[in-house]
Amino acid sequence: MRKLLVVGMVLVMLLMVVSGCGDTSGNTAGDESADKVKLGIIQVAEHPALDAARQGFLDTLAENGYKEGENLIVDYGNAQGDKNVLKTIAKDLVAGGCDLILAIATDSAQAIAAETTEIPILITAVTDPVAAKLVQSNEKPGTNVTGTNDMNPIADQIALLKKLAPQAKNIGVVYNAGEVNSVVQVDVVKEAAADLGLNVVEATVANTSEVMQATQSLVGRVDSIYIPTDNTVASSIESVVKVAEENAIPVVAGEAGMVERGALATLGIDYERLGRQTAEMALRILKGEKPQDMPVESQKDMELLINMKAAELMKVTIPDDLKKQADRIIE
Amino acid sequence: MLYALAGTLEQGLLYALMALGVYLTFRVLNYADLTVDGSFTTGGAIAASIIFAGGSPWLATAAAVIGGLLAGLITGLLHTAFRITPLLSGILTMTALYSINLRILGRANVPLLRADTVISRFNSWLPLDNIYGASLLGLIIVLLAVSGLYIFLKTEIGLALQATGDNEQMIRAQGVNTNHMKLLGLALSNGLVAISGALVAQNQQFADAGMGIGMIVAGLASVIIGEALFGKRTLLQHIIAVVCGSIVYRAVLALVLRLGLAPTDFKLLTALIVVIALASPQVRTWLGLTKNSRKRGSFDA
Repeated sequence: MRKLLVVGMVLVMLLMVVSGCGDTSGNTAGDESADKVKLGIIQVAEHPALDAARQGFLDTLAENGYKEGENLIVDYGNAQGDKNVLKTIAKDLVAGGCDLILAIATDSAQAIAAETTEIPILITAVTDPVAAKLVQSNEKPGTNVTGTNDMNPIADQIALLKKLAPQAKNIGVVYNAGEVNSVVQVDVVKEAAADLGLNVVEATVANTSEVMQATQSLVGRVDSIYIPTDNTVASSIESVVKVAEENAIPVVAGEAGMVERGALATLGIDYERLGRQTAEMALRILKGEKPQDMPVESQKDMELLINMKAAELMKVTIPDDLKKQADRIIE
Repeated sequence: MLYALAGTLEQGLLYALMALGVYLTFRVLNYADLTVDGSFTTGGAIAASIIFAGGSPWLATAAAVIGGLLAGLITGLLHTAFRITPLLSGILTMTALYSINLRILGRANVPLLRADTVISRFNSWLPLDNIYGASLLGLIIVLLAVSGLYIFLKTEIGLALQATGDNEQMIRAQGVNTNHMKLLGLALSNGLVAISGALVAQNQQFADAGMGIGMIVAGLASVIIGEALFGKRTLLQHIIAVVCGSIVYRAVLALVLRLGLAPTDFKLLTALIVVIALASPQVRTWLGLTKNSRKRGSFDA
């Protein structure tokens, strides 16, 4: 009786495995309904910049005739910061048979590029695709990966910092040394700072709970702070701003979302526009262009964004000419 | 320099509540409870969500405590009702809480910049603009927690709780329901951890899903450093030692940051410090420094 039960259970399990191996979405390879495009989106974490890029991308696709639910199927996976979950999402997207994949941020792009060399991958919000081994060169990717990078104009941003805090001598930088995009940026920060005669003091963190103490450790050693587009610090920018305001230290950020959340100013990437630019490239791929030959693009115009409330609390006077140049001022 | 001191004190005191929670389970109840990583974030998530939605910060912090109590209860029930081992029950709850916390937050990161928090309210009662505001509030709450815990552990139920951790079989033979004691201990412990999470979120002005990661290590390190440096001969001394251990732990972290060492290396340093603290009784025996060194004896970790 017991043996029968065991054999029966084994048979049931085998049956489940076999049926699970078959396609679950009703699409077998090559048998897609002719008009629907399947788009996979992989995103490492949620924060305003990455979300804005995704939204810009989807909006532009919709404006050009690819509307979700009509002729576009979107399979969106967000790893919420967990690298293992990211790998699973990547595998799922490839197994699910996508026509095109959008990877937002470096970690997402690396995860998906490791899973497929055939499905065209569009990246966005990746600081340095070459350093992340996603493409052979920005001009000619040579792989199934292309898209837009968000290499922010660090030299210009440091110059902006100098304009806002003319007497500053030491710049503090808080970042996660485990993010390749941040390490790349910090090297550029050091070069740019050296050109302007400024000294850089670093404080590294491994996760968001360390950011506050790391920023506190900079107090007394620096008279200005720069935050690169680091995903860890981006999630905890409020702590940096709080410490900076308590000590009247100006904080210049690498991107607009951080300024909206309290940093002083940036000259930067508008992630929503970047997402839109990426969608334009997606449309070209859907018409048949190959990612191998499409150069990686950067954002064409940077916007100057100033947060007046932060200026008041960080005890910074904004020169009038900067106020006039600003594309956006937050009160 | 003064600012660095204020920073260390406030971090040390706010995280001390979490260390007290860890002390309650690991030392008093002798229960390896790993729920801490999850319940710390739960406290932060509940408090932040309520404050972000415009609610009263006191309500938010109280709600956070309830969240922690529930989390502890779940771990306890997994162990007492389903006989899941202590370690595994904590891990299961912690894992489940990760998803639950994300749902509570509603988004990956809840900003509390310039929001109405208990710390901003407390600061508004103080006469001057004071960088020690958060430390003072932390000190008051820690003193309340320490005295509350001490008085509780001296009551009949508290003594039964301690006995459950010391020798479960004996106290069960005396008629104490050890399952209830474990539930109580776990609930209280995670309640403390959650209030710590709520205060930390309000102090650092944001809450996110990953804020609890690594808390158990910080808590254990604080407990052990405290015991090694300040002794544990009496109950009160032990409890106060845990609080001081938390402050010392944060001070060492601040020092490490100032020296420019990567905080990632700090984790190795933490492990070394804890190993030294744990190994010191044995080392002292080897060196013939304790009066028991001539006799054989077993040394508790």
